[in-house]
Amino acid sequence: MNTLSLAWRNLLRNRRRSMTTLLAMVIGVVAILLFGGYSGNINLGLQTGFVRDSGHLQIQRQDYFLYGTGNPAAYGIRDYQRVIEVIKADPVLAPMLTVVTPTLSLGGIAGNFSAGVSRTVVGNGIVVDEQNQLRLWNDYQFPDEARPSPLSNTAQNAASIGVGVARVLQLCAALQVNDCPQAKAPLSTTNAAADAASAPDDISALSELEAAPKSSSPAEAGARIELLAANTHGAPNVAALQVVKAEMLGVKELDDMSITLHLKQAQQLIYGNDAPQVTAIVLQLKHTEQMAAAQARLSQLLQTEFKSLSLEVHDYATLNPSYGQITGMFAAIFSFITLLIGAIVLFTVGNTMSMAVVERTVEIGTLRAIGLRRGGIRRLFVCEGVLLGLVGAGLGVLMALLFAYIINHSGLSWMPPGNTDPVALTVRVWGEPNMILGTAIGLLLVAAISAWWPARRAAQLNIVDALRHV
Amino acid sequence: MSALHISQLYKHYQLDAVRVPALIDINLDIQPQRFTVLSGPSGSGKTTLLNLIGCIDKPDSGEIIIAGQQVGKLGDNALADFRSRHIGFIFQNFNLLPVLTAFENIEYPLILTKMPAAKRKARVAQLLDAVGLSDKARNLPGQLSGGQRQRVAIARALATEPQWVLADEPTANLDSQTGAAIIQLMRRMQRELKVSFVFSSHDPQVLAAADDAVFIRDGQLQPMPAKTALGSVDSNNNQQQVAA
Repeated sequence: MNTLSLAWRNLLRNRRRSMTTLLAMVIGVVAILLFGGYSGNINLGLQTGFVRDSGHLQIQRQDYFLYGTGNPAAYGIRDYQRVIEVIKADPVLAPMLTVVTPTLSLGGIAGNFSAGVSRTVVGNGIVVDEQNQLRLWNDYQFPDEARPSPLSNTAQNAASIGVGVARVLQLCAALQVNDCPQAKAPLSTTNAAADAASAPDDISALSELEAAPKSSSPAEAGARIELLAANTHGAPNVAALQVVKAEMLGVKELDDMSITLHLKQAQQLIYGNDAPQVTAIVLQLKHTEQMAAAQARLSQLLQTEFKSLSLEVHDYATLNPSYGQITGMFAAIFSFITLLIGAIVLFTVGNTMSMAVVERTVEIGTLRAIGLRRGGIRRLFVCEGVLLGLVGAGLGVLMALLFAYIINHSGLSWMPPGNTDPVALTVRVWGEPNMILGTAIGLLLVAAISAWWPARRAAQLNIVDALRHV
Repeated sequence: MSALHISQLYKHYQLDAVRVPALIDINLDIQPQRFTVLSGPSGSGKTTLLNLIGCIDKPDSGEIIIAGQQVGKLGDNALADFRSRHIGFIFQNFNLLPVLTAFENIEYPLILTKMPAAKRKARVAQLLDAVGLSDKARNLPGQLSGGQRQRVAIARALATEPQWVLADEPTANLDSQTGAAIIQLMRRMQRELKVSFVFSSHDPQVLAAADDAVFIRDGQLQPMPAKTALGSVDSNNNQQQVAA
């Protein structure tokens, strides 16, 4: 008859009360694990999205991240092909890499001359095949698959734009964009003419050339735009682009400004006949856990091999500050819920143990009289609390796994902020041993702490008073 | 085996603002291996004296020496250990642990003394046999009659082979026939095991069975009445061991 066995039998003595306490614990554990699984899933989903879009790490020119958006061309990476080759051949980095791809950011004005409209845009030149490869990353086995770039298998002058850009440039009909209302009153011809008149000569000339196929199908004719950007020497340069798609990007600011084009086209626009450069080299790793090692190795390479290029490395969390904000917000909510449930469990177990102490006062006196030390009484009651915690944690984990399975197979979906397509509603409990173990240990600790005070009170009872208790 | 020695023992209780004396200047020697009864009217202080002898209460002043040990100098843990080794308790309400079987109730004090399991089991079986409850070993207290429970309590009190067994009104909750059987059992056990029994009791059957009797009134030792109200004990054939 050890303390554990005695404690267990004491718990079974008042089954209804023990069951009520267990129920509170189980509900608490299920709530913590399901919310933890849900927020964990969101964190991983965000991470997956960012890693698919911009890789784990990006090599940029020093200070480009802080000041480069104003004039991306001034922060171009010279000799970027050699950098990529060295990285791909590096014995430390190579085994970790899935994709290394260059991108070029640019700012400019996109115009639809025939409609007499234009707007400022932020462009991004990409290597389409490599971008598509980036989008395949799915280290956390999400059921949703990323769509390939709209520029796949397109001509060199192809471009995709945000729906907001299409709306302003009056391309919704031409691009057959749904949910893309056009302005009811089109700009007056006078204004359009005035705008056209004020456009640079080269744009006007280009537009006139492009105006010829107007008689062909609307989709072909109307999807042509001109992109004006300043080249590295500060002179204006224009590219005629065929817009293949306008897509929702999930964030209005992006929808209203985004244009994506082939890297070569973007380089031609910015660098002309000069040696082409890029503003970033994107590196995607097989696993996020490799990021620290990869970053360390890259920093080493940049300090030695490419010291003259003044390059630096940023991870996806730095490049996407919203990642830290969103995960931080979920962590705060999770902590709050955990704290709340911990307090409920604390008081529930404390109340149960306090009642047990009152009911068993004579027994406590008897045990003390026959030689059990105060510590033995304390151990007995704390043991009962821990046993309650243990059973509560065990049952709670099992129930949480069951509920998680049901939710994950229920086919529910939701629309996360910044997304254009609904994603499956899943909670990640199974395969999260740290969260499960942390919750179980936390519950055990709370149960032990809440049993401690009644146990201490029981141990402090005067033996004679306890034996006299009615 | 040494006598139980009590000298200049005082104890009072505080009831709100009133200080109530419970024991006043008790000087007493109780001889070992005897069947000694503490008698007296209700509220006379016999249970208080028994509690002090059992080391479950502390006197205001005075000295108690049990088993050669001056117990007033022992700390809480040492007192608990002392009780588990040298003192057995039999309670009026039996005070068995309801979640333990008869066997386990008797075994529990032996676990506290860290006796090896095999030896422990043998000792419990022997005691169950001695109190005639071998067939009830697996029964919980709730499945036993009052007399059977008290027999289990007696076996538990004797489990660690203590020098002193203290019983507070052990027959108070039993009918007279069962009470008599319990007294006989205790008497037999006391003789067989050569252990010292000290009781507090009103029960004339207990008084009649006693080797020695101590009479307390108003917290003070008194000469033994010539004959109790029930006529079971007189001062000629019982010796009150009051220290001079």
